[in-house]
Amino acid sequence: MSVAPAKALRTFALNGEGVQCAFAPNKTLLEVLREDLGLTGTKHGCEMGHCGACCVLIDDRPVLACLVLAIEVNDRPIRTVEGLAKDGRLHPVQEAFAQCGAAQCGYCTPGFLMTAAAIVEQNNRLGEADIRAAIAGNLCRCTGYTKIIEAIALASDRMHEAQPGG
Amino acid sequence: MAERSERDLRTVSTATNPDGDARPLSKSMATHSILRSAPARPAGKPEGFSVVGAALPRVDAYAKVTGEERFADDIFLPQMLFGKMLRSVVPHARLKRVDCTRALALPGVVAVATGADLPVRYGILPSSPDETVMAIDRVRYVGDPIATVVADDELTAEEALSLIDVEYEPLPAVMSIEEALREDLPQIHDNARRTNNVQKEVHLVFGEVDAGFAEADRIFEDEFFFDGNTHAPIEQHAVVAHFGADGKLTFWCSTQTPHYLHRIAAQVLELPGSHVRVIAPPIGGGFGGKTEPFAHELAAGYLARKTGRPVKICLTREEVFYAHRGRHPVKFKVKTGVKSDGTITACHLQSWLDGGAYASYGVATTYYTGALTTVTYKIPAYKFDGCRVYTNKPPCGPKRGHGTTQPRYALECQLDKIADALGLDAVEYRKRIAVDPYTTTVNGLRITSCGLRECLDAAASATGYTVKKGKLPRGRGIGVAASSYLCGAGLPIYWNPMPQSGAIVKVDRGGGVTVFCGTSDVGQGSNHMLAAIVAETLGVDVMDVRVCAGDTDLTPVDLGSYSSRVTFMAGNAAREAAVNVRQRIVAAAAQKLGILPERCALAARRVYDIDHPDDQLTFIEAAQAAEAAFGTIVGVGSYAPPKLAADYKGSGVGPSPAYSYSACVAEVDIDLETGEVTVEKLTVAHDVGRAINPAAVEGQIEGSAYMGLGEALMEEWPFRAGEHKIPNLLDYKTPTSLETPPIHAIIIETDDKEGPFGAKESGQGPLNPVIPAIANAVADALNARVYSTPITAEKILKAMDAAAGGVLRLRKPAPVAVAPV
Amino acid sequence: MLRLPPFVYKPAESVDHAVALLNRHGGDCLPVAGGTDLYANMKQRLFTPKVVVGLSSIAPLRYIAYNELTGLTMGALATISQIAASDVVRRYYPALAQAAAAISTPQLRNMGTIGGNVCVDTRCNYYNQNLDWRQALGFCMKKDGEICRVAPSSPKCVAVNSSDTAPVLQAFGGMVHLAGPSGQRDVSVGDFYLADGINAWARRPDEIVTAISLPPPGPFARSAYRKLRLRHSFDFPILGVAAVLHLDEEGVCVAARIVLNAIASRPLEARAAAQRLVGSKLEPEALDAAAEAAYALGKPLDNTSGSIPYRKRMIRVFTRRTLADIAGQATAL
Ligand SMILES: Cc1cc2nc3c(=O)[nH]c(=O)nc-3n(C[C@H](O)[C@H](O)[C@H](O)COP(=O)(O)OP(=O)(O)OC[C@H]3O[C@@H](n4cnc5c(N)ncnc54)[C@H](O)[C@@H]3O)c2cc1C
Ligand code: SF4
Ligand code: FES
Ligand code: FES
Repeated sequence: MSVAPAKALRTFALNGEGVQCAFAPNKTLLEVLREDLGLTGTKHGCEMGHCGACCVLIDDRPVLACLVLAIEVNDRPIRTVEGLAKDGRLHPVQEAFAQCGAAQCGYCTPGFLMTAAAIVEQNNRLGEADIRAAIAGNLCRCTGYTKIIEAIALASDRMHEAQPGG
Repeated sequence: MAERSERDLRTVSTATNPDGDARPLSKSMATHSILRSAPARPAGKPEGFSVVGAALPRVDAYAKVTGEERFADDIFLPQMLFGKMLRSVVPHARLKRVDCTRALALPGVVAVATGADLPVRYGILPSSPDETVMAIDRVRYVGDPIATVVADDELTAEEALSLIDVEYEPLPAVMSIEEALREDLPQIHDNARRTNNVQKEVHLVFGEVDAGFAEADRIFEDEFFFDGNTHAPIEQHAVVAHFGADGKLTFWCSTQTPHYLHRIAAQVLELPGSHVRVIAPPIGGGFGGKTEPFAHELAAGYLARKTGRPVKICLTREEVFYAHRGRHPVKFKVKTGVKSDGTITACHLQSWLDGGAYASYGVATTYYTGALTTVTYKIPAYKFDGCRVYTNKPPCGPKRGHGTTQPRYALECQLDKIADALGLDAVEYRKRIAVDPYTTTVNGLRITSCGLRECLDAAASATGYTVKKGKLPRGRGIGVAASSYLCGAGLPIYWNPMPQSGAIVKVDRGGGVTVFCGTSDVGQGSNHMLAAIVAETLGVDVMDVRVCAGDTDLTPVDLGSYSSRVTFMAGNAAREAAVNVRQRIVAAAAQKLGILPERCALAARRVYDIDHPDDQLTFIEAAQAAEAAFGTIVGVGSYAPPKLAADYKGSGVGPSPAYSYSACVAEVDIDLETGEVTVEKLTVAHDVGRAINPAAVEGQIEGSAYMGLGEALMEEWPFRAGEHKIPNLLDYKTPTSLETPPIHAIIIETDDKEGPFGAKESGQGPLNPVIPAIANAVADALNARVYSTPITAEKILKAMDAAAGGVLRLRKPAPVAVAPV
Repeated sequence: MLRLPPFVYKPAESVDHAVALLNRHGGDCLPVAGGTDLYANMKQRLFTPKVVVGLSSIAPLRYIAYNELTGLTMGALATISQIAASDVVRRYYPALAQAAAAISTPQLRNMGTIGGNVCVDTRCNYYNQNLDWRQALGFCMKKDGEICRVAPSSPKCVAVNSSDTAPVLQAFGGMVHLAGPSGQRDVSVGDFYLADGINAWARRPDEIVTAISLPPPGPFARSAYRKLRLRHSFDFPILGVAAVLHLDEEGVCVAARIVLNAIASRPLEARAAAQRLVGSKLEPEALDAAAEAAYALGKPLDNTSGSIPYRKRMIRVFTRRTLADIAGQATAL
């Protein structure tokens, strides 16, 4: 049997908090989140970069947790679906997904939400073509993407319509 | 709407929104519409309803968008072991030896099981039990399970697999329909009655077929091939099994059919049914791919019992391709006789299904390739010959549209050829020959509500079909197709006189309502459907209803999320249960209000006098009064379809308490140099009976259109050297957001008399017309036709070359060597 | 869940440290940058290194620099997203921006690096499969087996170079900068790729790519890249055509490079095709002649998605279109 190397102890900047965790050094961020940190919101559908279900944000950029080695993350901030809502309020993309019916089975949803959060936060109002391009790394088998695109457009409109302070 | 985005997480409610339409559309993309056929009603919620017809966020939407929803693989139990299956690396062989000694010796390995441990044969259809959990003396496809290892972690279990010694004695592999019909290749399952690999033959004749063809002015004969494809839900199948100290086995399993796992687990694991509990957590997509018990589930149950520790098995993506039970590859010969005005006089359909290594639902699939032919258009005389063969490939089964998708492609393509040949407008023609509501087909199927003509009209007028057809520049095309589908099979898959669905509704003293039902929400929204029907009946907010679904210990049986049966059957059961509760609440409230029960109305969490709405009780007061008067408030309901089957062998497949109808118009743009097809838009009109939640119905239509697009253009099922060539989501092409066009979903309501609040189905029907509509659009664009799916760029170039008289001839599917007799 | 095999991860502190680690651990050791190729391949047990040397910690390698005299230099860790979005790349090397934007998916482009992209493993659908699948096949020459399944009589593996940027970098006449135990060396992109699906790069196992540079394009350089794939996202190229043309003030083509990719183990320079353009003003006939010459050169094999005849036929179409893209830019001058 291959000898399992000793566990690595790391502190992650996870959803705005410092979290300490010991895990096998050959584990991906996906495995550590789900198995060692109990954050099962991040899903997996291939573990090979083929589906986008495991998308999380590192440094506010969407990446695939299944191909990120956990020990390589270091102190870069990680955001997962569990960290989207703040102070008891949903993130605009979460609210829009719920309202538009953008989650059917909901299995691809956390991955889409993370991609969506990054793009609505970092861009002005998004058009349909921008959204289609931005979510082209996330597969969904239920929705035909229609309501997902609608929801992201709605969230983007709302975020960039909102009056300052309102 | 702005205040809704500020909504406090703890008080998610729709009660504050009187018109219930909580779903704003971003203006640019508001491409949905609801049309109601006679009696026409304005779009929006039907009068008098407050929940039914409202496009509300689903009751489970907030769990899904926060990551809170717990799917099977999200369950971690203390002491849990992880299982891995060793699978055959040869397509066909006798299994001489399986020796797990070395694997068991690996530190961290806890237990091993092989085929010999679980010898009970089973099959989802009681008539074709040809599977064991793991191979006993024969392996039948690359991926066929041989042994299961459980260990402290998944990597160790995986490593242990490489330490299992297997000795195979290879047999020639049977890899195609043609090979399966040969008599000189070995049989995959011993079958003394036959000399080849035919598993099932069906031969049915209805009406005067010969006379019908004799009467025809023109006869059209075509051959088509529909390639296989797979569901590819994003969630890979997962199960957690736990054998408790009380001797009871519990499964948490990504299954569309908890009841069937319950039955078969008891049978195969030789436990009393009372000691098996199956819980279906939320399912991450099924599409038919999780509708029968799988080897890994039964193996997990066995090993949980053997070790006394919880066992989890989650398939890898490659294993999901092997578990499969997906769309059968089917060859067709279609012969149709028509009068010169297009009226069909007779039809003869022949189908050959490549079934893969096991029966699965294949007997039903075989029938389904013929049974619903008559439910879309009037066919006075009909002959059907079907034949399913075994091959050394992963077993095929039901995928969205089960067995009806392939013939609908063939028939609708041929119908377009007929319309062209006779100079008929393809939409008007279809409307003319469409079945009429409340009629019976030549094969004895009872049709009730039918909005097919309305669907065709809606899809055609939304797209300008008639002005575009045949008039677009070369390379651009428009195509139409129509279809029908079941709302649940009239008969259960194992014969019994019991209901197909049951529900319990319980009211608590705080005004909460719980509905218990054995359904499994696979993403189609059955939880919301149940909550909406109960909320509507009791006049409460949909978020006041808790849904307890898919738990064989807690919920009455529902046969499962397949065959588009859930809204119709479980919906009717839930409606009946809620009506039972309502009667008691009304009786108690009427007495308190001093009015006749007939004058009581329930809405907005109140029970009030319809004539004096201010005379009212809160729902809580009324429920407490009812409990005081009648004791604990629990209502039960169940649904069994009326007797529908006609009197012939095979008549059990096809009858349904209602049929949904759909029409699709596809618009395509083809790059004439590369053959690449861009679908510009898909417009699908669907007769759903009644949309309980229009947003969810649109979602089903959109998802169906998307899935049809993938099957039409890119998803395929290729084998090479006995192996699946592309068992991963990179090489198996499912459409991304960039290939999927805008989809216009049009809801048609016909208010079915037997459906709950008039509802029928929307999960599968809308897929069927999409594939032929795209095929017909491609034919319109090219003036040439591709006779097989998927319609790849390469096939398009070949079809163009052939039409241009070039050297490259389009290869039609090779004629099948032996015709079934 | 597919998991990585056990290994020891060693983050490199500097280029020298990385080289020293690679040198010390020899054949059992591989460098990793974004991991989008290596980790996926390790999950399929195509590689099972004992030690993985992490380059992502070498911050100085993450840059894109442009200078009119020396041209473009991209540190090995510059991400594909950064390159696709870079103003200087889009302005002076549009084909490179196009190629970068056409790679995989948005998430993978955020992770993948240019260094990893030029070293991305050659691909073959008999090879890029899980261990059990390859075992069922009986393995192949590239990993654990004896013969090539695509071309059984071939003495060499013919897995295809699947990097989208490689043909573009070669068409621009780029250089790969390597650091090894004996110091720096520079290899032209054309020489960096070898006609062997297994030993496909001139990189020695203890060298790392530190940067890739492109010469200044000159005032009248025009470039374009086109990629054939079945979906517009996720998919590796099954044909890539890169063209860089230098025009004079009159719009006459004075020099041209056309490089085809994803049809052989290395990018293929279509010299005869380029020759057809020199001296022309990119008239349709010249483009047709060049496309025809490229078509004659390419011989795809059956180891990617799409059939051989289709990919072959597309060489003509894609070459023609890539050149037409450039002709279009030229008339827009
Ligand atoms: C689903 C999917 C789709 C993809 N599609 C495409 C595509 O369309 N086009 C395309 O070109 N690529 C594609 N890729 C491959 C890959 O993502 C990119 O090529 C990426 O740029 C690789 O960079 P990386 O940093 O992630 O490489 P890594 O995985 O870190 O490394 C790749 C290889 O290069 C070596 N290496 C990395 N950096 C260095 C260095 N500085 N010096 C020496 N050796 C080094 C590694 O040892 C390894 O062998 C795809 C990958 C996936 C998973
Ligand atoms: S080209 Fe041949 S040797 Fe190379 S990976 Fe493919 S099958 Fe193996
Ligand atoms: S699980 Fe990471 S991309 Fe599929
Ligand atoms: S909602 Fe089911 S996969 Fe996207």
